[in-house]
Formats: sequence, C-alpha cells, structure tokens
Amino acid sequence: MNLLREAFTWLTDPAQWGGPNSLLLLLGQHLMYTALAVAIAAVIAIPAGWAIGHTGRGREIAVAVSGLARAVPSFGLLILLVLLAGVLHKPEAAVITFVLLAIPSILAGAYTGLESIDRKTIDAARAMGMTEREILAKVEIPLGLPLLVGGLRSAILQVAATVTIAAYVNLGGLGLPIITGLNLRRYDMVLGGALLVAALALILELLMALAQKMSVPRGLRSTRAGDRDAPGGHGAGNGNTLELQIDRPVERTRT
Amino acid sequence: MNWILENLDLIGTLALEHLRQSLWAIAAGFLVSLPLGWAAWRYKALRGLVVTGTGLLYTIPSLALLMILPVVTGMSAISEANLIVALTIYALAIMVRCVVDGLDSVDPQTRSAATAMGYGPGRRFAAVELPLAGPVILAGLRVTSVSTISLATVGILVGVTNLGYLFTNGLQRRIIPEVLAGVLAVALIALIIDLLLVLAGRWLMPWTAAQPRRARRARRARNRAPQAVGTR
Amino acid sequence: MIEFDAVSKSYPGGTTAVSDFSLEVPAHRTTVFVGSSGCGKTTLLRMVNRMVEPSAGSIRIDGQDIGSGSPVQLRRSIGYVMQNAGLLPHFTVAENIATVPRLKGTSRGKARHRALELMATVGLDSGLADRYPHQLSGGQQQRVGVARALAPEPNILLMDEPFGAVDPIVRTELQQELLRLQRELGKTIIFVTHDIDEAFLLGDQVVILSEQARKLQVGTPSQIIESPANDFVASFIGAERGQRALRLKQTPTGTVLVDPQGRTQGRLIDENDLDRA
Repeated sequence: MNLLREAFTWLTDPAQWGGPNSLLLLLGQHLMYTALAVAIAAVIAIPAGWAIGHTGRGREIAVAVSGLARAVPSFGLLILLVLLAGVLHKPEAAVITFVLLAIPSILAGAYTGLESIDRKTIDAARAMGMTEREILAKVEIPLGLPLLVGGLRSAILQVAATVTIAAYVNLGGLGLPIITGLNLRRYDMVLGGALLVAALALILELLMALAQKMSVPRGLRSTRAGDRDAPGGHGAGNGNTLELQIDRPVERTRT
Repeated sequence: MNWILENLDLIGTLALEHLRQSLWAIAAGFLVSLPLGWAAWRYKALRGLVVTGTGLLYTIPSLALLMILPVVTGMSAISEANLIVALTIYALAIMVRCVVDGLDSVDPQTRSAATAMGYGPGRRFAAVELPLAGPVILAGLRVTSVSTISLATVGILVGVTNLGYLFTNGLQRRIIPEVLAGVLAVALIALIIDLLLVLAGRWLMPWTAAQPRRARRARRARNRAPQAVGTR
Repeated sequence: MIEFDAVSKSYPGGTTAVSDFSLEVPAHRTTVFVGSSGCGKTTLLRMVNRMVEPSAGSIRIDGQDIGSGSPVQLRRSIGYVMQNAGLLPHFTVAENIATVPRLKGTSRGKARHRALELMATVGLDSGLADRYPHQLSGGQQQRVGVARALAPEPNILLMDEPFGAVDPIVRTELQQELLRLQRELGKTIIFVTHDIDEAFLLGDQVVILSEQARKLQVGTPSQIIESPANDFVASFIGAERGQRALRLKQTPTGTVLVDPQGRTQGRLIDENDLDRA
C-alpha cells in the first residue's frame, strides 16, 4: 500500500502535469491516436459491414477475418509494421496497426446490427414498397445502431489499450510512464501511469456504454430485457442482447 | 526467412514456454468460471456484481493490469505468476459471462422436464444443464484460448519470456523475419488449440456435431431466399 | 381483377413451390387461398406484389402485366398485411400507418391526419397514435397492420395469415371487423390461411390448395361444402366429421341439429319460417 501512496504522490505532483512530457500532453496523444484510428476504421468498416449485413454476402469472409484477427497479437503486429515502415514513418505505421485492430469489431458491429433485426420487419418494409436504400436508411441502420455503437465501443477500448503499448516504440501516450518507469525501476511512476491508463479505459467504457444506451431507438427501449432466450439467440457470437452496463467481453479483443 | 530456419530451436523453446503460461491461465479461468458462473446464474443479486465486476476488470489494458495487480496480490510485477494471474482474470471475465449465457440458453421446459423426472439440483446440473450449456461455454472457451495466447506476448514487457521475446528482440536488432515469426507462431498456436477445442467439443458433445449447423444453415437460407429475390 | 396465368416458381435448389397455377381473382371480392403449410399459398400471394418473382407465367392486374413496371411502385399500390403485423418497432403507431404515404412524399401533417382517420376506420382509439408497437396487444397490433395496408388507398389487399398469431377470441373479433370493413370498402382481397373455418367465413371465393399450389377445388363456400370435388377436399373441410357433420334429431319441440359427439348445436328452421320471422 506504500507503493500506492507513492504512486498517488507522483500522480498529483504538479511537475507531472507540465513540461514536455506532461501527463496532459500524453493523455492528448493517447486520445488523438485512438480517435484518429477509430475514425479511419469506421469510415472503412461501417459501409462494408452494412453492405454485408444488407445483402448477406461476404459474411463468412467477415467472420473468418475477425476470428483470425483475434489470433494475431496486437503487440507483434505493431512492431512488425513499425519495422516495415521504417523510423521515419513510425506514427503512420502505428496508426495503420490501430486501424487494423479496430476494423474487425466495427465491421462485426455493423453487420450483426443488421442481422439481429427480425427478418419479418425487413420483409414488411419491402412489402410496403420501400426501395433497398430506404430499407437500409429507415429500418436497418436505426435498428442496427446499438450493436454498431457496441462495435465502436469494443474498438475504442482495444485501440486505447494498444496505444498504451505503443509507448514501447517511443510513440508517447499514457503508456510512456509505465515503460520508462520499468526501465528506471521507478515503480511509483509505473503504478501511477497504470492507474491513469486504467482510469482512462474505464471512463471511455462508461461513456460508450452511455452512448450505446442512447442509440437504442425509443420504440425498443425496455423491451429487450425479457427476450434474451429467443430461439437461436444464444451463442457467443450472437449480439442480440443489449447489455447496457458493461459490454460482453466475449466479443472484444484485448491488449 | 533464413533467420527463421536458423532459429527454429529458439522459436520452439519460446513456443513451449508460451503455451505453458497460456494453458495455465486458460485452465484456471475455465475451472473458476464454472462455479462462479453457476452462482451468478443462480442468484440474481450476485449476477450483476460478478458480470459487471469481471467486465470492468476486462476493460483495463493489460499493461496497466500487470502493474496494478502486484499492489493487490503482493507478487512481483515482473514475475511469471503475475502474468498468469492477469491472463486468468481476462479469461475469467470472458468465461463467467459465457457460463451464465450458456445456462440461460437451456430451455426452461427441458429443465422442468428433468426436475419432473426426479433429478435433484446437483444431478440435474451435471447431467442436463451443463451439457446443454456446453456449446455456448465451448464457444467462450475458444475465444478465451485464442485471445489468451495472443495476449500473453505482452508478458515480455514485464520481463516474462515467451514468444513476445521475438517482438522486442526483433525490434532492437531490426530483424523483420524474427518479428514475423513471432506473429505467425502465436497465430498458429492459437489456431491449433482452437482446432483441438473444436474436436474435443465434437467428441464430448456428439449431439451438437452436424445437426445444429445444418439447421442453422437452413434457417439462414430460408431467411435470405425472399430477400435475394426482392433485391433483383 | 387479378389473373394468374400459368404461374410457376421453382428455386435453384430444385424445390418447386408453385407449378403451373392459373386463376382469376374477381375484383371487390375476397378470395381465400387455403391449404396446409408448405402448399405454396404464401408464395402465390407474394408473387402479386413481386416479393417473389415467378419462374414462369405472368400475373396481370386489370389486364396489365405486373412484371413490366417497378416492383417498388407496385408494392406501394398494394396493401400487405402479415402475421404478427410486421410493424416497424422503432416507429410509433401513427408513423407506422403513415409509412407509405410518407414514402410517396405526403407531408408529415397530412400523413398523420390520414393515419388518425385510418385508426378510427379499423377501430383503434386515437390515444394510441403515439405508442410504440410493443406497447400494444396482439389484436391492436394487427389492427395497425390493417390500417397501414389501407393507408395508400390500395385497390388490392394481400393478407398473409394475418390472424394466425392472436388468441381465438381476438381472432373472431378481427374476422368480424374485416367482414365489416370489406362491406364498407369493397377491396379486392387475397387472404391466405390454413384454417378452413376462417376461409369459409371470410371468402367469397375459396381456393383449396395442395402441394405446389395445385388447385383441388375453387368455389364459393356453399359450393365446396355442398359438393366437395373429391375425398381429399371432403376430409380437408371436415365434411364427415367435426362441426360440419351434423345429424338431425327429432325432439318433442321440433328438429334439432346434433354434432358427432351428440351435443345439440342448433335448431332446424324452415327457410320460410325464417323469412316470416
């Protein structure tokens, strides 16, 4: 517990919050990398996921890709791409890594969101004379939104965690005090950094949980709690439950 | 690629270390998750606590968890035990959720039929509920094993030697094939273990083998047929 | 009038849902397709709004081949009611009913006004307009489904087992409601069901179908009950058993009708007596 107190002393020392390696700057870097990578991944994965979910085509490939992605160690991928890109393009290589790591969750969120919709609802929309575009815009996207936001939520946490490790290749971010502290055997610094990283992750998680809750269309709120046991609704990969406190660890990768 | 061929011994040794550390965590996570998941499923009050608690632990990035854990456990941050405990916590977070979901997926009618036939709670759990929850639990175990094996590489950052060594060493010496070998070895081990789990599942749960998949495919085909026609 | 002209539907897998089906569906009348599940009745229905495209043959509405235009425009001109109503869960009741008018570009206010009118037509309290589907009972949802189908003022209504999922009491209520609506509106209705009693109650023309939509008999309910085309039809409509196999029994107060279980079902009255009464 002594260490914990030292860590708090280190954390609350005004010296840590100013200067070139200020925690504020590192936090900014951390958030910037996360936001940039998730945004790029979203631009790629959301349209692709919607296309898969709407047409039902390419689903097997998407499932295989996300399964395989889980088996690839993020840390290894980061170092591999950094080495391949060379010293000059290190930030780009890192961002590419983060984007690659974020894509599977977002893709899965986008297409499972569409798949989770009752076929009868879409059938009814088509029978009323909605065009394919109208079905997508008015029915599929709004009803699939909560799972898409869930996918973004997993992606954000996965990337935020990997950015922590990116400090190892001198990319900054909140992992820096941990990595530097380990080298200097300054465990107050290590623990302080770790607590900061954990706090950031928890705050992001809670914010995204809130966003997910708000993304549920009004007509569906408070109805989903009861129908968990819908036929075919079990299985780890199935995303038809909307857990509004803490998301399902099963569906997200971890760094 | 020469580097890989010249260092097969090193890769092999590291792979075994890696596998040993991962399997400990996977096994521990699995074994603890069964009673914990059952309790969470059985007692509503416990459920929120366990599911939310493990879920929150899961959100903490590994590097941070590896540093925070010693404060609680008193272990050294740079010990193998610390890595295995951290991996176990992540495994547990996935598995508990799957055990609860698996038990949820058991048809209540099947459960009451078993009760009506005279199964006591204990026998019923072992003979009816656990096997029927099996497919969902297995799915969780597969996710757990793959992600644990891939995640274990972070151990090298706290000085625990495993396949992650190929990453840090490869970076320092700028040997791209070394890093690539590490990535491929990790992915390969993960896929092999996954395959073994699938086979074990077929052997232990023969009733799940072909039939549900066929049913699932048929259902999907049925769902899609009108849609495909409509888009034409 | 809707004409099915030698229509077939087979799927790539080799299954045939409909083979060589021809029929005239008269305008302003209710035609019921009845048959056991898998007989292709729903496929026939869904061909009319091109949710299913026939593999061969054609369908004409008032002499016009439906295959030539856009399926989307066609669907917007035909009302469709399905089992479980198929309401959009994220739209309110009024929004659900106003969907097609809105798709066609009717202003929000006008569409809502029309939706409220239709709610009255199908017997829904206007206070439900801003509820979501899950807040309604099954019977209410089904009424919303009918109102939604009526919104674009279609001449044709397609109804696919619309009352299959509600309990018997509500079903009876909805059936009576549909009969009343049809008296007022006189739409061309194709109604699909597996319930022969429902078919006889609602249908002006009843089409009994077997596998691959083969027509076993086409006629009015009276024609079919009075002279079933063959033994299969006779047994399908339950002519020699159940509620329809009634026997006469003489009692001191007159002749009564008795079902096979021996329970008295009604009194035999001469048509002339009925006219006098």
